[in-house]
Formats: sequence, C-alpha cells, structure tokens
Amino acid sequence: MVDSLHRALGLTDEEASKIGEILQRVPNPLELAMYSVMWSEHCSYKSSRLHLSRLPTSAPWVLVGPGENAGVIDVGDGIAVAIRIESHNHPSAIEPYQGAATGVGGILRDIFTMGARPIALMDSLRFGSLDDARSCWIAEGVVSGISGYGNAVGVPTVGGEIDFDPTFQGNPLVNVLCLGTLPKDRLVLGQASGIGNLAVLLGAATGRDGIGGVSVLASAGFSDQGDVEKRPSVQVGDPFEEKRLIEACLEIFDSNLVVGIQDLGGAGLTCATSETASRGGVGMDVDISAVPQRELGMEAHEIMISESQERMLAIIEPINLDRLFEICNKWEVNASVIGRVTEGNKLRILDRFEGNVLAEIPASSLHDDAPIYDRPKKKPEPKKSVFHENTEVASDPMSDLLSLLSDPSWVYSQYDHQLFLNTVVGPGHEATVLKLRDPVSGFDTKKGLAITTDGNHRWCAENPRVGTKLIVAEGLMNLACVGAYPLALVNCLNFGNPENPEVMWQLSESIDGMAEACEGFGIPVVGGNVSLYNESSGANISPTPVVGIVGKIEELYRKPPGFELLEGNRLVLLGPSDVGLGGSLWSSLHGFDSGELIDVDFEIHKVLADLVRSLISDGTIDGIHDLSAGGLGVALAEMVAKSKFGITVARIPDTLSLFGEGPSRVLVSIHPENVNDLLSRAESVNIPTTRLGLVGGDRFIVKDLIDVPKETIDSAFVTHLPNALGAGTISS
Amino acid sequence: MTATVGVAVFPGTNCELDSIHAVESLGGNGKILWHSSKNLSEVDAVIIPGGFAHGDYLRPGAIARFSPLMSAITDFANNGGPVLGICNGFQVLTESGLLPGALQKNKGLKFLCKTVEVCVETQNSTLTRHATKGAKLSLPINHFEGNFTCDHDTLNSLLEQDRVVLRYCDNPNGSINDIAGVCNEARNVVGIMPHPERACDSLLGSEDGKVLIDSLLGLN
Repeated sequence: MVDSLHRALGLTDEEASKIGEILQRVPNPLELAMYSVMWSEHCSYKSSRLHLSRLPTSAPWVLVGPGENAGVIDVGDGIAVAIRIESHNHPSAIEPYQGAATGVGGILRDIFTMGARPIALMDSLRFGSLDDARSCWIAEGVVSGISGYGNAVGVPTVGGEIDFDPTFQGNPLVNVLCLGTLPKDRLVLGQASGIGNLAVLLGAATGRDGIGGVSVLASAGFSDQGDVEKRPSVQVGDPFEEKRLIEACLEIFDSNLVVGIQDLGGAGLTCATSETASRGGVGMDVDISAVPQRELGMEAHEIMISESQERMLAIIEPINLDRLFEICNKWEVNASVIGRVTEGNKLRILDRFEGNVLAEIPASSLHDDAPIYDRPKKKPEPKKSVFHENTEVASDPMSDLLSLLSDPSWVYSQYDHQLFLNTVVGPGHEATVLKLRDPVSGFDTKKGLAITTDGNHRWCAENPRVGTKLIVAEGLMNLACVGAYPLALVNCLNFGNPENPEVMWQLSESIDGMAEACEGFGIPVVGGNVSLYNESSGANISPTPVVGIVGKIEELYRKPPGFELLEGNRLVLLGPSDVGLGGSLWSSLHGFDSGELIDVDFEIHKVLADLVRSLISDGTIDGIHDLSAGGLGVALAEMVAKSKFGITVARIPDTLSLFGEGPSRVLVSIHPENVNDLLSRAESVNIPTTRLGLVGGDRFIVKDLIDVPKETIDSAFVTHLPNALGAGTISS
Repeated sequence: MTATVGVAVFPGTNCELDSIHAVESLGGNGKILWHSSKNLSEVDAVIIPGGFAHGDYLRPGAIARFSPLMSAITDFANNGGPVLGICNGFQVLTESGLLPGALQKNKGLKFLCKTVEVCVETQNSTLTRHATKGAKLSLPINHFEGNFTCDHDTLNSLLEQDRVVLRYCDNPNGSINDIAGVCNEARNVVGIMPHPERACDSLLGSEDGKVLIDSLLGLN
C-alpha cells in the first residue's frame, strides 16, 4: 500500500527508498506525506539548487543572504531592509482571486518573520493575450485579489509590471515582491534553540485548505482541462487575520519575547517545525491535538501539511508565555503551545504531549537530505521564423505604435499605493521611490529607497543568458533614472518543466546570465524563488526570470523627474544606437519569434547609469525614460501620453530605429539652455548622444514616419486595458 | 496651546500613524485611542482614520460602531467635540448615526486609489473653517465603498442646511450630488472620503490637505 502511496504523493521510487534509508525502516504514511511536501520541487529546489549556487550573494551590506525567509541588507542610519519575491502562479491559474491574495499574504509573512514591518508590495504579472476570454478573467481576478488582500491588510502596493502574451495562456505568472524595514538590531531568525522552549502557533485555525499545495499544485504542470479539480489545493486568505497577526508579531518582537519565529507557508507545520529545529540544531516534539482545527476529524497528515494561511510559529522561553498571550489577546490572535524544543535532532509528531508517537524523523533530513538533481540539459534547435533585416513586413509604424501602448493605471488605481506616506514616485514609472523612514520613530531620514521589478520573456526566449543580463541591466538603469544606486537583487525564476532538457538548459543559461550581470554590476543576490512546471497543455512557458532590485537615494529632497515633457524642452537620446528587432515587442506583434539580441556592455552601462544619476541629482533634466520593450517609439509616446504637449522628432529613419531594442539607452527631456552641458558631460565619458527634436504643439510627429494628433496617442494609451478588461472607473 | 488629537484604532485600522504624522507635522499632538477604551480625557479633537476596521466584516463600519470607544466618541460629539472621519472613519460615522446617509460600492465596482480634485463647499464646519469656499483641493482617494448615498429628504436637508463640505470636481465613484464629505447639523462632526493626511507634503504630491487638518487643530 505504501508503495503506491508515495507515487500518489508525488515521490519517485528512488526518493521513497532514500527515505527508507534515512529512517532505517519503512516510513509510515504520515512520514511519507511530510517528506513528499518537503522534498517537492517547490520546497526543496531539487532541480535548481545546483545551479543557484553560481549566483554571487555577498557584499559588506548584506546581513542575511539566500536561504532564510527573506534577504536583509543594511541601508544605514541603523535601518535594515528585508526583501523577498515569490511566485503564486499555479494557484492563480485555478482560482485567480484567492491565488493572488494568498500570494500577497505569504510574502508578507516572509518579511515580518524577519522582524520587519512590511511597507511595500510590488507585483510582476503576466497573462495570456487580451483577446483570450479566460486570460482576461484570470487577469481581472488576480488584480482584484491583490487589491482585496493588499489594501485590507494595510500594506501599499507601490509598483510592478504587467504583460500579456499567448505563452502565458493557461499558466499566468503572479510574482509578488515585498519589502520591509526594521531596526538593524531587531533582526529575528527562523530558528529554534533552548531545550524546553515552547513552540507557539499564532493566528488562524488549521483547515483542509491547501493540502498538498506545494506538491500537487506547484510542482506539476497543467493538463488541458484547466485542472479545476485541483481547486481544493488553493488556500483561502483572510487579510483581517493577517493584519492582526502582523501587529501582534511586531509587538511581540518589540517586547523581545521570541527566540525565533517562522511563518507557515508551503508545507505548513511540517516545514515550520522542521526548519526551525534543524536551523537551531535541536529536535522538536509537536502535539497535533493542540493545533486549533477548523473542522472535526482532520487526519494527522492533513494537520501537518495543511497550508492554511495567516499562521506563524514562535519559539519562546516558557517565562515569556503569559506576556505573549497578553499581546495576542489584545490583537485577537489565537495562540496555542503546540511544541517543545527537545535535545537531539528528531522531529516527533505526537497525538498529545507524552502520548503516542505518530512520526519520528531527523528534522534536518527534510531539508538537507532532499535530493539534488543535475537534470539533463539540451540547447533547443534554432526556431524557423527568423527575422532578417531585409524581411518584407507589411506594417505601418503609426498603427504599430498605437497597438503597443498600454497604460497600467487600470491595474494600480485598484491598489492602495500611498499608505504610510512614503510614496514619492508610485506605480507607472521607471522605479518606485519611497521615503526611507526610521521603522520605529517614523523619522524621515531624507533618504530614499528605490525598487524596480523587471522581466522580459521575449528576450529570454531568444537567448536566456543574454536576455537575463539585459533584465538585470534594465533594473539597474531604472534605478538610475530615479537617482538610485543598486544594493541588492531578488529573483523569481519562472520556467517550464525541468524534466524537459531544453527547459533545464534555459534555466541554467539564465542563472549564468544573472550571475554574470550581478558580478559585472556588483549587485548581490539576497534571495529568490524558483517556479518550475509552468506549462499548460504540454507547452512550456517562455523562460521568464523576474528580478527585483532595491536601491538607495542618498539625498531625497525633491521628486525625481518622471516622464514629464515641458514645452520647449529638447529631446536627447543618450547611449549607443545599436538596436535589433530580435525578441522585441514589435517582432512579437508581427509574429516573429527569433532573432539576435544585442548584448550589454557592463562598463558602458555603468558609465551611463553614473551619468544619469548625476543628471538627476543636480536637476539638469526635466524628464527621463529608460528605453526598453518597444524601443524609442514606445518611450516617446509614453512621455507624450503622460504630458500636456506633443513632440516633433527626427533622425529616426525606419522601423528598426523606431522599435528596435538594445541596452544602455535613455531618453531625456531637457531645457534648451542645459543641452550643451548635457552633451559635453556625455562626451567626456564617451556616451554617444543623439539630438532628436523638441517638445511642443499638439501633434506626435516622427519625421517621415508618423504624424498624428496627441489625442490619438493619449487615447490608445489609456483605453487599451479598460477596453479589454472592463472600465472600472466612471466619469460623471 | 497645542491641540491633542485622539486617533481611533480598531483592529484593521491602517491610517492611524499617517493621521498622527499629519497632525504632528502641523504642530498638534497625536494620541492613539484603542477601540476597547472609553477614555477621551485630554483629547481636544478626534480623528477616525482610514483602514478596514474589524476587516469591514458585514459592512464597513458596521462592527466598529458597537465598540466602547464609539460610544465615548458619540458622547464627545454630542457635547460639541470636533470629530473627523476619514474614509473608513466616514463609514463608521454613518453606521453610528452621527452622520446621515451611507457609503455604497463605487459605481465602477472597483477599488479606486488616485488623486482627485474636490471643491470646498462651505467654510462652516470644523474641517473647513480655515479653507476658502470654492477652493479646489487636490486630495487622494482610496476606497471601494465611497459612493455616498442618502434618501431624497436627507439630501434636501443637507443642501438646505449647507452641510455638504466637499464635492468632487469630477465624480470618481458615483456619489449622489458629487458629495465627497458632509457634516452634522451642529457642524462639529465631519466625514469625508478623501485623505487629507496623505496631502500634507509636497514631495508626496500635494499639500492641499494641510488647510483641512489645520482647521481641525485650530479649535474653537
């Protein structure tokens, strides 16, 4: 019976026999269930761990690197920043609202587990194309879920990105980043210590929701049927419970009551008890009868692997128990002693303290002994529909431009992005800028934090290594455009089925590209998440690594220039003119899916970023836009759509120069009196410049290519998402 | 003398620190009022801030109105004490019966977070006495249930008694008569959907909220 059980739980025959070797006996069903969740791809990173070790992770300001609940960096003034990004792709495919909502809840717990108050959320979202009804339903549900949970839990959603492409049909990507601040000396780690200390479960009762979320759902692909039968594996969120849990935990930290704390996420109690015990080098006895249960008759394995939301496991000294109950009582948070720290290394599951032993496992074996696979890799054959510069395409630059414009405000106007009075630059810009405040006193340091999320599956489909380098480079330039320098990177690696050698090759190449770029730019990777098995109906998604980069602004006395165009401004392009259409937004519009990417030169990129930061800090320029997907054409149109004036530009002779994409290019809008200063400063560091034209009038004119009224641009920009997804806002 | 403003906190409230920050940046004292307490001593004015009191379970404000603190605030208001409800606080005030009407879901059935223009409709309220009638203020809104509604007679009396405090210049949520905020008959209790505490710092986009918070602080 046990033989077939392990397969049903998602364990291979080899994995099952390895468990037998560890235990020196046949595991019972509860033990097998615990191994199955902890050794799942989602929890163990068994296919990716080998490759992730190639990423650079250290810098003098890194306080906690990958492996803990979140990365933590020192940002000065006695303040530390905790940051993490995580995916909730599969739950969102099945039940968009709850999938996205619980994605938000989960990432928040990772941050306040470290002792930090979560102050910002960002969402990187990717859905199937807008002409697919189900993809629209998923997109609308995901945005509502983030809005419903994030707003109510009281953490502002300050930025992110959204993209639509057929590759995500049936398997959307919902990546959520959270950032928190904490006094540097309040850092809390997820470990148990002190024999006789108590493990206290805080928060919601445990129910049957989310059983096998990590193994059944997150570590397997989808078939044709939409997999509605997997819906019970999706957890259900309660932001009000989480809000009280956050406040209770922060007050518990302030009162110095915990030895360690761990959130309950994937693999629930199994993960939290075994991780705290094994990190602390101790054992733990868990009394499952003490776990508050939402319904009668729950089996031991259900209690141990349930992924019910809004729960934390605190390790405390017995003397502090009354004080902890008092704080939990104030915030109306349930607290129950469910475990004791023991000598040795055994995690024992008991039907009551001193009662029958239901499972007995070396705690660390659930993590450290998880299999590591060096899965076979194979470079894919080149695709057929290669774009050559001389390919004839029936295209009209104006209609192409109009169909590439999309204003994300339909999304972010549904998110509270202003709470806590930190948001200097909110969503819809290159990067978000937050005031850096003292996490306890609220004192404004007059410094800023900048955050950006970046991904581009089109680039990575062409060349995962170069594409990933370009993403990191874009993140760095986004930060420079608001005057910030980078401090740390977190990543969310969204790939297909790792048992497919071509997917493994993509993953390995992408990690190599990220490692190269992070080393080249001196940015440490402080955390990440790998999401595999992103496939639907047998098709793997395009490789989609997403990076979140946090940076710092040393002096934040004025708002950095945005997309603003002032009348009479001159438009100048900074950076090389090398661009290509491989992996470009324009190629995807016309159905080309292959071509060469232009690689980034780290030195030129760093010099340009330095120049941009200096232009921001001394106020030389009025507006700025990093060139990315859609190239110069989309950047110009976005600036026009966000401003009151039109433009007239030249020196853009063809489709390639209008829509071509390449790294290290920035468009600036500048007062005519400052142009010479700009040109000479660029020349002194060997950054090429192109004077494109000027701001004014009410038309959008690209000489010999496009001449339309500004309103046409504005209208295409603002109506794109509402037309597809429902208006949402009304005017009287 | 420095005014002390009590800021109500229910489980789920989330704008309390922002409100205190705004009050203190304008020279007042902010003081947290916990929902289970009835103690309003040493408080010159009360703000019921934004958020999701009791998770908005049942309806926004429906549970908070039964708290010990709300009975104390009701007494305080009936004795002429200045009370400002912002967003969820406005919802608590209508549920408590301290203000008329109700706030239903936005007409577009979406949560809305954006900066809107509102017009000051009267100077005769505890919130607007330092403002100029007809002035346009740029203030953030942040709500799902901000669509003010009331019956015909109530609307008439609000209009006749000059009790509409703020109106939207471009109605974002479908509220009746473009109403963004109202006051009670005694004019000491005001409820508004926009967040003036989010508009007290030019770096955050607007300082237009200052004149309102300032009016609340410049007691009697």
